[in-house]
Amino acid sequence: MPLPVIKPEPAITEEVIAKHGITSEEYARILSILGRTPNFTELGIFSVMWSEHCSYKNTRLELKKFPTTGPRVLGKAGKENAGVIDVGDGWAVAFKMESHNHPSAVEPFQGAATGVGGIIRDIFTMGARPVFLLNSLRFGNIDGDSEAARTNRRLFDGVVSGIAHYGNCIGLPTIGGEVYFDESYQGNPLVNVFCLGVLKHEQIARGAAKGLGNPVFYVGAETGRDGLAGAAFASRELTEESKEDRPAVQVGDPFKEKLLLEACLELLATDAVAGIQDMGAAGLTCSTCETASRGGTGVEIDLNLVPLREIGMTPYEIMLSESQERMLIIVHKGKEAIVRGIFEKWELPYGEVGRVTDDGMMRVKVGDETVVEIPAASLADDGPVYHREVEAIPPPPPLDLAALPETDVVAALPAMLGDPNLASKQWVFRQYDHMVRAGTLVGPGGDAAVFLERESGKLLAATSDCNAVYCALDPREGARIAVAEAARNLAAVGATPLAVTDNLNFGNPHKPRNFWQLRESVEGLAEACRAFDVPVTGGNVSLYNESPAAAIDPTPTVGMVGLIEDARWVTGAAWQSAGDAVLLIGGIGSELGGSHFLKIVHGKKAGLPPRIDFEKEIRTQNAVRALIRMGLVRSAHDLADGGLLVALAECGFSTGLGASIQLKTEGLRTDVTLFNETQSRFLISTSRGNAAAVCALFQWRGVEALRIGSVGGETLEVQADAVALTWSMPELKSIWSNAIPQRMQSPTS
Amino acid sequence: MTSYAPPDSAFPFFLMKIRVLVMPKSSVLDPQGVAVRNALTQHGLDSVRETRVGRIIELELDVTDRTAAEAALHPVCRDLLSNPVIEDYSIEFPAAQ
Amino acid sequence: MRFAVIQFPGSNCDQDCVRLVRDGAGAEADLLWHGTPSVEGFDAVIVPGGFSYGDYLRCGAIARFSPVMRAVAEAAGRGMPVLGVCNGFQILCEAGLLPGALVRNRGLRFVCAPQWLRVETSQSPFTNNLRTGAVIQLPIAHGEGCYFADAPTLASLNANRQVLLRYCAEDGRITPESNPNGSLENIAGICNRERNVFGLMPHPDRAFELRLGSADGIAIIKSLTQA
Repeated sequence: MPLPVIKPEPAITEEVIAKHGITSEEYARILSILGRTPNFTELGIFSVMWSEHCSYKNTRLELKKFPTTGPRVLGKAGKENAGVIDVGDGWAVAFKMESHNHPSAVEPFQGAATGVGGIIRDIFTMGARPVFLLNSLRFGNIDGDSEAARTNRRLFDGVVSGIAHYGNCIGLPTIGGEVYFDESYQGNPLVNVFCLGVLKHEQIARGAAKGLGNPVFYVGAETGRDGLAGAAFASRELTEESKEDRPAVQVGDPFKEKLLLEACLELLATDAVAGIQDMGAAGLTCSTCETASRGGTGVEIDLNLVPLREIGMTPYEIMLSESQERMLIIVHKGKEAIVRGIFEKWELPYGEVGRVTDDGMMRVKVGDETVVEIPAASLADDGPVYHREVEAIPPPPPLDLAALPETDVVAALPAMLGDPNLASKQWVFRQYDHMVRAGTLVGPGGDAAVFLERESGKLLAATSDCNAVYCALDPREGARIAVAEAARNLAAVGATPLAVTDNLNFGNPHKPRNFWQLRESVEGLAEACRAFDVPVTGGNVSLYNESPAAAIDPTPTVGMVGLIEDARWVTGAAWQSAGDAVLLIGGIGSELGGSHFLKIVHGKKAGLPPRIDFEKEIRTQNAVRALIRMGLVRSAHDLADGGLLVALAECGFSTGLGASIQLKTEGLRTDVTLFNETQSRFLISTSRGNAAAVCALFQWRGVEALRIGSVGGETLEVQADAVALTWSMPELKSIWSNAIPQRMQSPTS
Repeated sequence: MTSYAPPDSAFPFFLMKIRVLVMPKSSVLDPQGVAVRNALTQHGLDSVRETRVGRIIELELDVTDRTAAEAALHPVCRDLLSNPVIEDYSIEFPAAQ
Repeated sequence: MRFAVIQFPGSNCDQDCVRLVRDGAGAEADLLWHGTPSVEGFDAVIVPGGFSYGDYLRCGAIARFSPVMRAVAEAAGRGMPVLGVCNGFQILCEAGLLPGALVRNRGLRFVCAPQWLRVETSQSPFTNNLRTGAVIQLPIAHGEGCYFADAPTLASLNANRQVLLRYCAEDGRITPESNPNGSLENIAGICNRERNVFGLMPHPDRAFELRLGSADGIAIIKSLTQA
C-alpha cells in the first residue's frame, strides 16, 4: 500500500497566501491562532476550512435569522450534518439539501453523481437509513443550435445521467424535484440534491470525538488526488481557465457507498461507535477538525496509517483530498474488533489512523514527525465572519398591462405547455429509478412526492420549490413565495408541513447588489417559515454562481418535508372520472407580473411578482387539508407555474380527460384570467353530488370556492366571459410530452 | 489493514503486462457503437462507417513464461472477463524485449 | 414454503422481495448472505434486483461466482424453484442457469416505468396462477435489460415454450413500441428447459399492492406457494 512522502514544502510567500484565497486579515488571524507562521499544509488546511463553502464566512450572520427551533426539532441546525425532526411513535427523519453547482459545470456527470453521494452520506452519518432523494436542477436554455444551447443540453444530459447513475446504483428512489431553464443559468448550472432518511430517536449519531484515548478509524475508499482543494474551487467564480480544473472534480463510486452505508448502519447498531463523521468537502481535514471541535477534545492521526491509492502523496494532498465514500469513526476503546469485523465483511478498506486526545489540537503526523498542529476549535469556529455590503436594487416598475398586446390565447396554451419549463419532465424521471423500495405512492410529476416508509409505517411527503424569476424581480417576496408554494404542494397531496431545508444559490457576495438579494431572500424565507411554523433545520449555501457575463437569478431553493397521518388522505392531482365537478379555490386572481406567460409568450421578466398573504394562504391550505380528511376531494392540484389554464390541462394528462369550464370575471382580459399567477389557489375535483357541499365547506372556512365546470370529454373547453375557447387534449398532451425529448435529440456537442 | 491487498511480488522489477480485449460479437446489436458512430459523423468524421465499443482489461502478471500465462488466461477470459454468449475476446502480449 | 432471498454486496431489492413473499403471498422469506455456501432449510430461492458488485465488468459477472450461487446451482439441478428478478435474471444467465444474456438497453438509457406484459404460458410453476394470454402490469427499472440469444437458442426457447413473459401493449399486442429495451422477440422473462428456474427483468417485488400501481406480482409467488 502506498505511503505518504514528505517533500520540502513551498515557502509561505504573499503569492502563495493569495493563491489560497486567504486575505491579509485572515492570515493575521492564522498567525495569532498558531503563534507562529503556518507551514504549507497548515495554510492549505486553513484555506479550505475558511473557504465560503466550509465556513459560511460571508453568510453566517444572515443564516442566524432563520427560525431553527420547534417542538419536533431534535438536534441543532447547522451543528450537525442534517436536521432531525420527530415524526411520532419514537421515529424521526433526518434530511438536508446540498448543492454541487461548480463541479457540475465542469464535469456534469460526476459533479452531479458525487453531489448525490455527498448528501446521502450526510444522512447516514446521522444514523439514519436514507430513504429517498429529490433534486432541483437549473440550466440555461436548451432551444436551438447555438453553442450555448448545445452546452446546456450536454450539461442537462450529463447531470441527469449522473444523478441516475448514483441514485439507482445505491438503490434509493429519486421521487421528485424540479427542472428549470433560464438564460440566467448560462454557464452556471444549479444542481441541488436532497436526501431524507429515517431513524429511531435513540439512533441519532453524533459527529463528535469524545473519550480520551478512543481510537479513530478511517473507513471507505482509499484516498487519492480527487478534487484537490475542491472546496476552495467552489468559492471562486467559474472562468474559462477553471475548465482546466478537471482534476478538481471528484469521481464517485455508488457501489462503494452502498457498502459503506450498510456497514456503517450495521456498526451504528452496535455499541462500538462514539462519534461518526463523513468526509465531504475538505475530506480528512474537515472531519478531523470538526469532530474534535464538537467534542471539545483533540484528535491526532498518522498519515502512514491512512489507506492511500496513489503513490507519492504529500501530507498537503492527503489532508485536502476529496476522494469520495470515506467516513471517520471514533470508536469506544476496546471495541475495535467489532469495527474490523464489519468492515471486513463488507470488504471495505479501513485503517485505525489515530486517537482522541485532550489537548484540543488537530495534530497530523507522518510516523514520528508532526506535520500539522492546529487548535481544532479555532480552526472550526474562529474563522472570519464578514459583514458584506449591500446595495438595494430598486424594484422594477409594476407591469403596464395596457402596453401588453392582447394575446392569441388559443395559440398561447400550446406554446406554454411546449416550453421546457412547463413541459412534461418524464424524459428526466424515467431515467431515475423512482420505484425501488416499493414505497412511492406519489412519484415524480406529482405536486409533491409521497413515500410510505414501511419500517416505521410513516407516510412522508417532500417537495423542492423556488420560482427564481419572482426572486429576480423581488427577492424577499420571491423567497416568501418559495416557502408558501412548498407548503401548498404538500397540502395538495394531503400532507402537513413539518420543517425546511434551504439551499441558497447566489452570485459573488462581494458585489453589494448580489448580497442585498441574498439578505432579502434569507429574510423572506425566515418570515415565511415563522408564519408557517416550520423550522429551518439545516441547509447549504452556494455562492459565486457567476460568470463574467452575469450572476444567476437569486435562487433560494426550499426543500420542505411533511407528514400524512392517514393513508386515505394521500391525494393526487389528476382528474379521476368524467362527470366530477371542478372547483376553483382561492379566486380568479389577476397578477401577471413575473409570470411564465409573460416570459414564454412575451419574452419578458417584468413587473412585480404576485403578493403572498400568509394568513390567506394558511387558511386556504388548512381548508384543503380538512376537506381531504373528510374524504370529499378526488383530486387536488396547486395553481402555480402558468396559472389556471395550464393547471386545467395538467390535471387531464394522465387520465386523458378533458374538462368543460365556465369563468365569469369582472371584465378582466382573457389572457390575464387564464395565465395570472395569483397565489393561494388550488384546483379541486369532487364528485358531482358533493360539489355544492364542498363549496359551502370552503366558504364557511373563509376561503373562496367556486364550481367552474366538470371533467369529461377529450377536449378542454373554456368559456371566459364572452370568449369561448377549445383545445384537443390529445394534441396538448402530445406537445407537452414531446417538448423535452425533441430538444434532447438535437446534438449536444 | 485492507483485507485484500495483493502479496508482494517475487519479481518486483519484471511484471508481464497483458491486455485482454473484449468486443461484442458481430451478431449482437451494439447500440453504443451506433451512438458513437453518429456522434463521430456530427464531429465531422464523414468517412466513418462501422463503430463498435468494447473493453480493455490490463493485467500485470507476476510470471515469466508466456505459454504458461496464456494457458492460465484463456479459462479466465472465457469464464469471467468475457461472456461468450455475447462477446469475443483476444489476448495481447507485449512485444518480445 | 420458505424462500431464501440472496443478498450480494450491492443488492438493492432484497427487502422488496422479502415483502413480496411475506406481505404479498403470506409465505416465509429470509435474507441469505452471499458468502453462505448452502441453501439448506429453504424451499425456493429468489435472486433479487440491484447492482451486485456495482455491475462491474458485466452485470452479474462477479456475483455468479459467490459461494451461495454454487449452492443455488446445485439445488436448481435438483429441481428447487429459483426466481431471478432484474439483476437476478442477469446473474442466472451469467451463471449458465438460463440461456442467453442481457445487454445494454437499445436506447442506451436507464428506463423506469410501468410495463404491460403478456403471459405466454401458464404451464410453469411460476405462472400457473395466471391465464395464458393474460396481460399484467409490472414496473421495469433497468439500463441493461435487452435480452439476447442466438437464433438456435431462440428457436429452442420458443419450441419448448420457455418464454414466460413478453413485453406488450395494453391490449396484449406484441409491438416494437411496447418493447422498452430492444429485447429480441420482446422477451421479458424465460425459464429453463426443466421449468424450475425463471428469470425476468420486470419487478414483481414492486407490484404487491394496488396503491403501488399494480398487485400483479403476487400471482407469480402464489403460483409456487399454492401449487
